[in-house]
Amino acid sequence: MRTTATPAGVPSAGIARLLLAVLPALPTLCALVGTFLLFALFLLVQGQPGVEAIRLVVEGAFGSSFAWQSTLLRAAPLMLTALCVALPAQVGLIVIGGEGALALGGLAAAVVPQAIPHATPWFVATPLMALAGMAAGGVWIGAVGAMRQWRGVNETISSLLMSYIAIALFKQLVEGPLRDPASLNKPSTLPVPDAMSIGSLPGLEVHWGLFWGLVACVAAWIFVRHSTKGFAMRVVGGNNRAARLVGLPVDSLALTACVLGGAAAGLAGMFEVAAVQGSANASLLAGYGYAGILVAFAARHNPLAIVVCAVMIGGIEASGSLLQRRLELPDATTLVLQGLLFANLLAWEALGGRIAAWRVKLQAAALEESGVQLERTHA
Amino acid sequence: MTNRRDFFKSAGALALGGLVPFESVFAASNLTVGVIYVGSRGDFGYNQAQAQAAAIIRKLPNVKVVEEENVPETVAVQKTMEAMIEQDGASLIFATSFGYFDPHVLKMAAKYPKVRFAHCGGLWKSGDPANITSYFGYIDECQYLNGVVAGHASKTKKLGFVAAKPIPQVLRNINAFTLGARSVDPSIVTHVIFTGDWSMPVKEAESTNSLVDQGCDVITCHVDGPKVVIETAEKRGAMSCGYHASQAALAPRGYLTGAEWDWATPYKVLVAAAQNGTATPNILRGGLKEGFVKMSPYGVKVTPDARANADAIKAKMIAGDYVIFKGPMTDNKGIAVIPAGTRYAQTDISLESMNYLVAGVVGQI
Repeated sequence: MRTTATPAGVPSAGIARLLLAVLPALPTLCALVGTFLLFALFLLVQGQPGVEAIRLVVEGAFGSSFAWQSTLLRAAPLMLTALCVALPAQVGLIVIGGEGALALGGLAAAVVPQAIPHATPWFVATPLMALAGMAAGGVWIGAVGAMRQWRGVNETISSLLMSYIAIALFKQLVEGPLRDPASLNKPSTLPVPDAMSIGSLPGLEVHWGLFWGLVACVAAWIFVRHSTKGFAMRVVGGNNRAARLVGLPVDSLALTACVLGGAAAGLAGMFEVAAVQGSANASLLAGYGYAGILVAFAARHNPLAIVVCAVMIGGIEASGSLLQRRLELPDATTLVLQGLLFANLLAWEALGGRIAAWRVKLQAAALEESGVQLERTHA
Repeated sequence: MTNRRDFFKSAGALALGGLVPFESVFAASNLTVGVIYVGSRGDFGYNQAQAQAAAIIRKLPNVKVVEEENVPETVAVQKTMEAMIEQDGASLIFATSFGYFDPHVLKMAAKYPKVRFAHCGGLWKSGDPANITSYFGYIDECQYLNGVVAGHASKTKKLGFVAAKPIPQVLRNINAFTLGARSVDPSIVTHVIFTGDWSMPVKEAESTNSLVDQGCDVITCHVDGPKVVIETAEKRGAMSCGYHASQAALAPRGYLTGAEWDWATPYKVLVAAAQNGTATPNILRGGLKEGFVKMSPYGVKVTPDARANADAIKAKMIAGDYVIFKGPMTDNKGIAVIPAGTRYAQTDISLESMNYLVAGVVGQI
């Protein structure tokens, strides 16, 4: 007979396994609950309907097909810009210059249609634009990595400064040599021909950037978690000296991570140009690169978790629209919600040590029971 | 078999179904208007000028206004327009940022042909969707009057202009301001500094300080939120002329007057047309005469002489017989830009591609 009674404090094997499965998500779950409680409190103190606001946040983000599409559309570029932070983070580099890589990626992509024959079919033109965007972003963040590895320049500061340089360069080129003379009061590059622009996913009003964002995140996850090179990167990130000692090519690994991250942000810029704006102009600089930092940190630099977190941030932004229109709350409310979420995510990280201890305990409980079962089977 | 797409569709139908009955009952008599801002409604500038008009039409009978601020010029604004139409039943949308037009307003106007899209900036051209109205005002008239008042007030004969980008609209304002000042005293010069973008508070403060350091004693600007420029000028003891909305409250000592939009005029026209179902023009423009722009009340430092001169010119502008841009005119490099005898009326399209700074402006594009 199988015993269900367990010693006090130790759950039964089934529950232990269940708890083991949700354990990694525990900080995030606590953070979500904490965020919503604090947000409701914040609104109630201001004399606003807190519970109604939370209902609207959920409705505005995930409450209908329209809400979902709006959320996913906003999440698409964030997945790619978050990779620009998460990939260098694997080798222990904190890169926050995704906005600049996105701008230059978009600009490079916008130039391609002018450089190739007008009749080039889309299946040639689009990959060329994507490659140009990825190359521009990759070179930019790659330069940050190179300065870090060979000149010892702090990558966090240099990536931010390089981002400012990229944006200045972008504006200079868009308002100068690459300007479409017809764009009088909104300086832009020549428009991308209709035949070369990117449409929506079948049946949805979300452009293909979402699909490729997902592909990039999954590919990054496989690369980081299930390839030798990815493992080597994580070794470098874990202990740079140990990695050198065992003979890993630390410099080239760091450079690869930066180039790939920059390429992802550049690709995001390409989609903004080819699928949304139709040309490169200042509207491209909408803060996707900076929001990507938030997404990557919230996802703890796990490429798969980036997908979830990007949808979460996209959802908050989408719901901000409904909060403004229904409750007439100022836009800053959305910022408060985002800030609370970020602070909560960081605060609940402190659970990390506890979780490790609980995991050991739960694993013991789960194993103990299966050990008992194993004995019985043999008997 | 239900696939995901059908699920999304039916889920959407259900969600909309929950909202529609309330909207449709009143749809016949009530008009829902959506107003979208690129920045904050309380920016003492571009967005506040639009929000003031929205507040006025909000008080009209049978008008419901839904607003959203800080909406970037990305897919976000497309989704906001759609949400206002689908979720709130809006049939008139004011997309107030210049950068919303291409491709966002164009795309949504094509998708919702029964909704009227009002865009600020005067970009509509033949071939664009017919349900778009471009509204804009000839604010250079007010900038000219700013210049006249500044010209009377200045002791150093040096004026300062903090500008965002060297684009035609901004250049036209700088030129009009300078011409106004030089109509009072031809020895006056305007020093201009371009910050490079519409909202750059730190650079705007630095530029203002730098202009005051150079001896400019009246400062004006063309940026999205003039708050920083006007406050910095006031702190430095300089006089100032406002832009977009009234900044008089920010500078009680030095505020002379200001060039303000009066968007309530086109807003009311568009609301009335939507309510009565009458035809709406695709281009809606006007200056002082039509009530699209106005001047801030004169500040304490404006002398009776200055008032009389500015009021006289204003009266001529309202009567329609005052031309700002007329030949002979040279740019600040000495090249002739308008030949003698040529007079450009406000409506002249060639003024909209202005690419020069007139003589008297210190600065370059």
